Amino acid sequence: MNSSFYIALIPLLPLAGFILLGLFGRSFFKNSSGIIGTLFLLVSAVLAVYVAYDYFSVSATIRPREIAFTYTWLQFSDTLSIDMGVMLDPISVMMLVVVTFVSLMVHIYSLGYMKGEERYPAYYAFLGLFTFSMLGLVMSSNLFQIYIFWELVGVSSFLLIGFYYNKPSAVAAAKKAFIVTRFADLGFLIGILVLSWYSGTLDFNTLIARLTSPESDQLKSAVTSSFLGLSGLTWALLLIFMGGAGKSAMFPLHIWLPDAMEGPTPVSALIHAATMVVAGVYLVARLFPVFAISDPAALEVVAWVGAVSAVIAAVIACTQTDIKRVLAYSTMSQIGFMMFALGVSKYGGEAGLGYTASMFHLFTHAMFKALLFLGAGAVIHYVHSNEMKDMGGLRKYLPITHVTFLVACLAIAGIPPFAGFFSKEEILLAAHENNPAIYWIALITSGLTAFYMFRLYFSIFWNKPAHLHGEKHGEGGFAMMLPLILLGVGAAGAGFIPFGKYVSTDGSPLESHIDIGISALPVALGVAGIVAAMWLYLKPNNRSEKLAASLSGLYKAAYNKFYIDELYLFITKKVLFNLVGRPAAWFDRNVVDGLVNLTGNTTEAVSGGIRKLQSGKVQQYAIYFLGGVIVLAVLFIYVWK
Amino acid sequence: MMEPGLYQLLFISIALFFIGVYGFFTRRNLITMLMSVELVLNSVNLNFIAFNKYLWPGKMDGLFFTVFVIAIAAAEAAVAIAIIINLYRSHQSIDVENAEELKY
Repeated sequence: MNSSFYIALIPLLPLAGFILLGLFGRSFFKNSSGIIGTLFLLVSAVLAVYVAYDYFSVSATIRPREIAFTYTWLQFSDTLSIDMGVMLDPISVMMLVVVTFVSLMVHIYSLGYMKGEERYPAYYAFLGLFTFSMLGLVMSSNLFQIYIFWELVGVSSFLLIGFYYNKPSAVAAAKKAFIVTRFADLGFLIGILVLSWYSGTLDFNTLIARLTSPESDQLKSAVTSSFLGLSGLTWALLLIFMGGAGKSAMFPLHIWLPDAMEGPTPVSALIHAATMVVAGVYLVARLFPVFAISDPAALEVVAWVGAVSAVIAAVIACTQTDIKRVLAYSTMSQIGFMMFALGVSKYGGEAGLGYTASMFHLFTHAMFKALLFLGAGAVIHYVHSNEMKDMGGLRKYLPITHVTFLVACLAIAGIPPFAGFFSKEEILLAAHENNPAIYWIALITSGLTAFYMFRLYFSIFWNKPAHLHGEKHGEGGFAMMLPLILLGVGAAGAGFIPFGKYVSTDGSPLESHIDIGISALPVALGVAGIVAAMWLYLKPNNRSEKLAASLSGLYKAAYNKFYIDELYLFITKKVLFNLVGRPAAWFDRNVVDGLVNLTGNTTEAVSGGIRKLQSGKVQQYAIYFLGGVIVLAVLFIYVWK
Repeated sequence: MMEPGLYQLLFISIALFFIGVYGFFTRRNLITMLMSVELVLNSVNLNFIAFNKYLWPGKMDGLFFTVFVIAIAAAEAAVAIAIIINLYRSHQSIDVENAEELKY
């Protein structure tokens, strides 16, 4: 076991960076904290790649879940303990690589992007904390550990969104993100409790083993118990999925993600595109055997939530004008793809294609979405604005950004041979075989994806000639370009990894196959989307306004994000506030405060009377004394004789 | 001349005691109050003497107590007058009504 300890170093190194920079960054490493944080992460990333190499290359078949090491943290009773462990299985190893790689890219990129920031050391400290939490999350060996890191991820996300804490919108966004995900995590926690109650364990291995074998007592009791018409197991899984949906910004808990774009752009790339937001997908994938074998109904919910989120987000993304918000909705849409890919999957063999596809898409999406965000960051850095109308014609000024951004757009639009094509193809194939309705939704969504991505691309890099104000500075230093290029290579080439060989539901390798009949349609739709975007946005024209005007109702609804934020405000401010908040406040102010005040007032009145006795007049004291003596004398003489 | 009996002595003792207590409660002048306290002490002395003489004539305890009380009273008077002098220095008066700052 000790030989595996280096695996634990992968998350512990960023933690060490966080502690070092958090405590001493401001005094000692004012300018070097970026380099220090990056070096810590570099070692982590190298270790992660080594672990992955070690894990995937040793045997020809996929190794099962294994616990690299475990440490009993809190022993409650003989049977119940909370452990801290490191679990290695294909998806956690894959996530290790993704998280450390993207985080490393973001660290390097921030060397240029955040340079000269006042709270530069704090920024790197928070990045280290986030990376630590995320790595801890993916390596968790039990449900409770995953919950701890889940919340840690939430906290570091809160800190990073609110990094510009003197900007009110950033503070509001940070609070919103924290509260919405926290609300979802309430469901997650209850789900954990219910699930562990039925299974009698928190450990993933034991839990999955107990809840997937049909003859186990635990499964029987979980399935036969019922509450409000659903079985205990369904409740548990749905509540856990609620936590996942909150973190992954699934409809209707997605409202925090677009606002989270107030954070620094590299943070958006790391947290709100590539890593944290896929935690929900990861969670469902982690418990996938339980979902797929024991409770297909819950999996059906996962599928539909994913599909609805995918299409809604794609429609909204077509109308937004803030480039980071477009990317945020695009992220939500792509995570919807991953979710419904899990949802349409079954357990074992070829039917488990959706699971493999989902993880594959997670992997490729991390590459191209991080690249898109970092590219957007370079653009924002250059024009000092998030709004599309301030951009245009930038391809001559930002050549490297332009090329890498184009690669990422092609990848997300699913154009072969870029990475997104392969993963999206597998998702569509899985949907096609299992759920035709979702397949059609997914097809429409992938067409829309191509359209809004190229709307973004053409608006930034083509359209009107560039009008730049102020001095022209370069594209950004080497530190900013290197991650773009590396991620660009990833976005272009990651699709060629034979992913099915490594990741599948039951451990038997899966052949990846591209079916021309299936893939022709989405590619054609993708090309159509690109052509439409080109027609509307390549040159300055008023076609897009005309189109928007002709679709006025739909356009307005989508532009206002289908009024979901307003709906939330209505429910919280009008309904909850008036029905729960005000009566509770009244009760608090009158009954609770009243009781406390009553005690206080009584005490005050009594003591006000008593204090008059202490008048400062010596002779009065003497009279009290005499009175006491007389009373005692009377008592001694007549009563206690 | 008739020798006073126990009851006469006790009567004088009680009279002295209550005269002292009355003076202590009614006078405002601290010197007078001190004198009243002396009266109370002396009434107690008289009690000791009287009981010693009529109840246990062979014993000396009452006499010793009396002598002891006189000694203590002298010391007490010294302390009390020192306090009164200090009070006079700070308040320019020895009226107890003027010295009531130590209250709630």
